Amino acid sequence: MDLSRFTRIDPTTWQIEPTGAMRVPGVIYADETLIRDMDEKVYEQTANVAMLPGVVKAVYVMPDAHWGYGFPIGGVAAFDADEGGVISAGGVGFDVSCGVRTMLTGLKAADIKPVQKELVDSLYQQVPVGLGSKGAIVLDPEEMDAMLTGGARWAIARGWGETRDLDRIEEHGQMAGADPSCVSDRAKERQRREMGTLGSGNHYLEVQAVTEIFDQEAAGAYGLKPDDVVVTIHCGSRGLGHQIGTEYLREMLAAAAAAGIALPDRELACTPIKSEVGQRYLGAMRAATNCALANREIIGHYARKVFGHFFPKAELTLLFDVSHNTCKVEAHKTDGASKPIYVHRKGATRAFGPGHPDLPEALRNVGQPVLIGGSMGTGSYVLAGAAGSEDLSFASACHGAGRAMSRHAALRAWSGRQIIKDLANRGILIRSPSVRGVAEEAPGAYKDVGAVVMAAEEAGLARRVARLRPLVCIKG
Amino acid sequence: MVVQRNMLTPGWEDFPHGADVGIRGWGPTLEQAFEQAALALTGVLTDADIENRTSVEVECDAPDVEVLFVEWLNAIIYEMAVRNMIFGAFKVTINGLHLRGTMWGEPVDQTKHAPACEPKGATYTALRVSQGADGTWSAECIIDV
Repeated sequence: MDLSRFTRIDPTTWQIEPTGAMRVPGVIYADETLIRDMDEKVYEQTANVAMLPGVVKAVYVMPDAHWGYGFPIGGVAAFDADEGGVISAGGVGFDVSCGVRTMLTGLKAADIKPVQKELVDSLYQQVPVGLGSKGAIVLDPEEMDAMLTGGARWAIARGWGETRDLDRIEEHGQMAGADPSCVSDRAKERQRREMGTLGSGNHYLEVQAVTEIFDQEAAGAYGLKPDDVVVTIHCGSRGLGHQIGTEYLREMLAAAAAAGIALPDRELACTPIKSEVGQRYLGAMRAATNCALANREIIGHYARKVFGHFFPKAELTLLFDVSHNTCKVEAHKTDGASKPIYVHRKGATRAFGPGHPDLPEALRNVGQPVLIGGSMGTGSYVLAGAAGSEDLSFASACHGAGRAMSRHAALRAWSGRQIIKDLANRGILIRSPSVRGVAEEAPGAYKDVGAVVMAAEEAGLARRVARLRPLVCIKG
Repeated sequence: MVVQRNMLTPGWEDFPHGADVGIRGWGPTLEQAFEQAALALTGVLTDADIENRTSVEVECDAPDVEVLFVEWLNAIIYEMAVRNMIFGAFKVTINGLHLRGTMWGEPVDQTKHAPACEPKGATYTALRVSQGADGTWSAECIIDV
């Protein structure tokens, strides 16, 4: 990216001054190398979002940002319903409430070694992954609606999860305001046999070990010690969310035109929050959020079953479950006073700082766990929301490493078989239905996750707590 | 897979996008461009041969031809998801802004097809349906995978 187009506020804060139809500035958080390597499209998409009606304060972009759909991936934008603010299906994304959960196991890396191969094979057998996989759970229309309103709470009531998990899930496991009648029959049909499935693309289930602790106090509160084994799951609302995204995106094209909103890019299709379509989308999107929360709870239950077989005394307790494709109504200070606004996070994680009233008591002093998925080979991070994130980014931080290279280019650069072999030599076992899929998700196709989280820390969005290395990876 | 682009004969290719993948189909008619783009969508998923064992018919409407293209791709993605099928041949007829499509394929077999990913939806990003000076139609957009 051409750095001369920005006002550099500090080493990790780059501002796009409002020009033309932009109503607010754009602010990208990144170090010089990361921003230089970002696609010019990130600049363009950030400026486009800043043109939408009712946008508040600034459009924020996280250090892992890349070219997305309408919104950049890694984009955060908030809208005020009272000022004609909009809601955008593209600003949430096709995979509504896609997110990450990490569970503690109480085991050490050395405990995994003797059963590593059997463990990866059992997990691969238990958790359906990839195109063509169907879950063991089939929902009839009544159960579908119960799931869409109940979220993780529904899954737990059916025996797929533990009640104590709820405190460690955003919205306490159940998104309020979900309305299954706003979800089409086609979307429900697409989900009928997909509960408890992982999906594909960048979705995964990993068994990881803590390799480094950066913040003793937060690590203590999170229950993380060196060599501890955790299970991390990355997936979303599956076919239901994809279909809702698809259908409302088209509907919002017409709604935007009807409301007289000039769209700089059709993918930014949006509608006033205070409109019939806007309210219906909110009902559907919240239902899809519950679907994602239920799905991760069920996959967590499957992981518990497999671990229970190999380690009868192991207890898998949920550290936290966060979503990174969302629109949430949250109170933030905009013009001095705090007021409820609609915060879109497209490939960005909520990152409440210490003392936030929504955090469970055990985590309140240190801040919300922010779970950052890296690539298969390089590892992942656990961060803690920083106090300053409220003013800097509506309490948001990055969500992953972010792709540095297209799937296309990755496929040309690497062989999936060779990656699987190389990682096995380093003690990391991969299972996937597709060697080509593994090549597309090659470790080298991602940005340096260490640089991304360092930039998030320097910018004051979140601070590093622990680094995790993969032992086992189930890849969709 | 990238094929040599020859405008005189129908063809398809994929093209890079930051996180996902773009697909492009072309041919002497709009219908053929749409059919070729559907083959490109399948090409994103698998390099394996697909047997044309079962056919599925779909219809779509849209306010313009570009949205119609997205609707067509989303109709394929939907049928793939709910029927658990993968398609290897397509036939399209377009009257005004109404499309009738037939697709032929077989149930997904993870061993045989080894699908590299699962498409979530076709997007309006890099969406373009156009006719070149030589009369060739081309249709393209980004697929979220």
